[in-house]
Amino acid sequence: MSTYDASFRVWRGDAEGGELRDFTVEVHDGEVVLDIVHRLQATQASDLAVRWNCKAGKCGSCSAEVNGRPRLMCMTRMSTFERTETITITPLRAFPVVRDLVTDVSFNYQKAREVPAFVPPEGVAPGAYRMQQIDVERSQEFRKCIECFLCQDTCHVVRDHEENKGAFAGPRFLMRVAELDMHPLDAASDAGLDRKRTAQEEHGLGYCNITKCCTEVCPEGIKITDNALIPLKERAVDRKYDPLVWLGSKIGRRKG
Amino acid sequence: MAQVERQQWDVVVVGAGGAGLRAAIEARERGARTAVICKSLFGKAHTVMAEGGIAASMGNVNDGDNWQVHFRDTMRGGKFLNQWRMAELHAKEAPDRVWELETWGALFDRTPDGRISQRNFGGHEYPRLAHVGDRTGLELIRTLQQKIVALQQEDFKEHGDYEARLKVFQECTVTRVLKEGQRVSGTFCYERESGRFFVLEAPAVVLATGGIGKSFKTTSNSWEYTGDGHALALLAGAPLLNMEFVQFHPTGMVWPPSVKGILVTESVRGDGGVLRNSEGKRFMFDYVPDVFKEKYAESEEEGDRWYEDPDHNRRPPELLPRDEVARAINSEVKAGRGSPHGGVFLDVSTRMPAEKIKRRLPSMYHQFKELADVDITAEPMEVGPTCHYVMGGIAVDSETAATVGVPGLFAAGEVAGGMHGSNRLGGNSLSDLLVFGRRAGLHAAEYAARGASPTGRPAVSQAEIDAAAAEALAPFHAAEGAENPYTLHQELQTTMNDLVGIIRREGEMAEALERLAALRVRAARAGVEGHRQFNPGWHLALDLRNMLLVSECVARAALERTESRGGHTREDCPAMERTWRPVNLLCRPVDPVPADPAADRIELVRTRTEPIRPDLLALFEKEELVKYLAEEELYE
Ligand SMILES: Cc1cc2nc3c(=O)[nH]c(=O)nc-3n(C[C@H](O)[C@H](O)[C@H](O)COP(=O)(O)OP(=O)(O)OC[C@H]3O[C@@H](n4cnc5c(N)ncnc54)[C@H](O)[C@@H]3O)c2cc1C
Ligand code: SF4
Ligand code: SF4
Ligand code: FES
Repeated sequence: MSTYDASFRVWRGDAEGGELRDFTVEVHDGEVVLDIVHRLQATQASDLAVRWNCKAGKCGSCSAEVNGRPRLMCMTRMSTFERTETITITPLRAFPVVRDLVTDVSFNYQKAREVPAFVPPEGVAPGAYRMQQIDVERSQEFRKCIECFLCQDTCHVVRDHEENKGAFAGPRFLMRVAELDMHPLDAASDAGLDRKRTAQEEHGLGYCNITKCCTEVCPEGIKITDNALIPLKERAVDRKYDPLVWLGSKIGRRKG
Repeated sequence: MAQVERQQWDVVVVGAGGAGLRAAIEARERGARTAVICKSLFGKAHTVMAEGGIAASMGNVNDGDNWQVHFRDTMRGGKFLNQWRMAELHAKEAPDRVWELETWGALFDRTPDGRISQRNFGGHEYPRLAHVGDRTGLELIRTLQQKIVALQQEDFKEHGDYEARLKVFQECTVTRVLKEGQRVSGTFCYERESGRFFVLEAPAVVLATGGIGKSFKTTSNSWEYTGDGHALALLAGAPLLNMEFVQFHPTGMVWPPSVKGILVTESVRGDGGVLRNSEGKRFMFDYVPDVFKEKYAESEEEGDRWYEDPDHNRRPPELLPRDEVARAINSEVKAGRGSPHGGVFLDVSTRMPAEKIKRRLPSMYHQFKELADVDITAEPMEVGPTCHYVMGGIAVDSETAATVGVPGLFAAGEVAGGMHGSNRLGGNSLSDLLVFGRRAGLHAAEYAARGASPTGRPAVSQAEIDAAAAEALAPFHAAEGAENPYTLHQELQTTMNDLVGIIRREGEMAEALERLAALRVRAARAGVEGHRQFNPGWHLALDLRNMLLVSECVARAALERTESRGGHTREDCPAMERTWRPVNLLCRPVDPVPADPAADRIELVRTRTEPIRPDLLALFEKEELVKYLAEEELYE
């Protein structure tokens, strides 16, 4: 086992302001950034605020920006950095700071409430639901989401544009609309709810110009843009002309 | 005098895991104004980590399955110590609870004919676990979360306020259940973000706080598992049941050290993975205990055939209940046949094509690749036992989930005892959460409605609030020589892991009790820096009270039970004793609370289990019952 000392800069402060503080911390084999933050708490800064739960990439609590990139700290291995490199950890930029690495993510919970829930099909008793695997798979991909909100943090529509937050649900919750829209038994349309149209008209789908930045940071590897947002736009286009769809299919192809 | 905000609710649910959310949904649907309070963000509770599946005898894959078979498996797994009425209700109601999830939008993996697919798991006779890949817990919690949101949307339509009848207080911690006389009157809480105190007044409180694993060094559990609900119940005067039974899951990661303890789902074995020692031998064939001899394959060939043809072959011994597998791994490592990092090998790479592994076990593939540089489609994993689940818990009434002796206090989920006896089968927790979460919510709502006239409600006294506030603030006033809560926590974990762990000995447990007493003395001086705003050091200092109390319960009960059964293995008393079968060990708080922190906090009381109903006994063969039941029970 080999051990070395690493240099860290960690943002400390609260809503009033704060600064990057320097720390030198011991690092052991196989450790991840979250281990280092825990060591800091146990040895140098007992009140350093951080969120985490599972430490295995399953709960989506430990989101932060590591060297400016939105990441899960529990899934960021120290071996991906040079030993001499100074590693900077800052809170998610798109959300207001509460304290240190903890941000106020209530924006996301508000947006979650604005997406109308699953509408069960009428006349189908519990236990009588029949769906083919191939038909549930599309929505299942989106249900892998661990709500780490890294995509919400990354998306340039809100990252530095507080003013867009009211109108834009963000990739995570646009994807939720897509998930319900693709659910084989969702009966929203029978209840008079057109999910595709609401994506455009109520959840701000039009703001998305399919840059795919959200997809790139998703720790679950969900193809948010290709599999959720673009299909949603393509469906919306039946009702509303959206030039980005056309453009998006070109960009998609060129990127490979 | 502490000035704190007070809010009035009908039912307060402490915990937003599967049990808490299901309880809250039920209470709200029964008309109770319901508050849910949880330490993490909404949707992050421990349930989110569950992987393998939910056990329910829907019979979608093998139509031989029914509630009786599920009941039998559960009792066998728990070595007949289960509170049998709970095991019965659980087996009967689990299918409805799973189907109900579909009506709320859950998307389980499907069978070819479009029904919910079910997979094999240890101790379950038939494929029984409804699942979504290996992220079933995520599906469960998200479905319940979204159902809560759906109810809030209804309330918004009706009242213009999402939180009119159902509110989630996220990132808040309960430190005391408050009472007027015997009756529950509410909870004392702090907001983690600000450190602000507040009181939720309610005649009914449901504890659904999960487990205790953070008192052990090697564990699959998260920071939330500090035994809060167990301690809250004790402090409110409600006893705990059979706390000696702690499940060590056989397969946790062992390398690298920073991930030691993280779970490797049992589905790996359910889907065909095998355990080998350093000599390449499938050692589990040497560890089939007598009570299970007829049920498990005797040769590798037979075990392998079972995956394809379960009706004519017996299952491989890798799928024995967890306590058996964990002990076997422990013995292999002790005998010097372990893997390089002190575990054994778990291999799927030679058993399934890479593509199939990635599809059936995506998060395991991901977890090993990302955290250990191991490609499980090409090489075996190294695994070893990890503290995973507590079977012991708050003693409850089987039908209503009401605790003993504290009117208005209910408990469900991992924090409740009885359902799983001495050992829980995989998949039986998620179903337990739904079945008893629902029951707790239902009965809490009914209880609250019965005493709901404004004058009839128990009141919260200022004195109680002041006492709770002073207790919570103590770590900021620690004098010179304050103890670091992180250090205390580490010492506690080492003590429990090494002295009251998977294999137990009398002398070591006695030593553990002494060390716990010494830690209590030091914890009384735990001190923290900084202020009350989102201060993890302070939060930990408060959690220490709970961990110490619960650890004392585990150690004391484990010392008392001089036999080995399920999740309680004594090297000095290796046999399962039929005379212990009908014995429950209750942990009660010493009353009044002694002033000296070194003094015992817990006393043990032995009670007899209720005789198992004859029609349920009739589900077993006589020859099998003789192996479990005490002499006198056979003639009852
Ligand atoms: C890695 C892993 C995999 C598992 N896989 C499976 C599986 O496949 N199948 C299965 O059946 N079981 C499985 N289990 C077990 C199962 O997940 C748990 O037993 C179950 O989720 C517990 O649910 P719960 O509702 O009782 O508590 P939890 O989901 O743990 O929720 C507890 C809640 O209580 C809150 N809380 C705690 N203390 C306080 C306090 N003082 N104040 C306020 N709130 C508080 C917490 O914040 C949290 O919201 C697994 C467990 C682990 C660790
Ligand atoms: S693809 Fe759309 S949602 Fe995703 S980051 Fe770009 S603009 Fe935002
Ligand atoms: S879609 Fe991906 S990045 Fe976005 S919240 Fe979900 S898991 Fe995180
Ligand atoms: S701690 Fe759960 S995702 Fe990192």
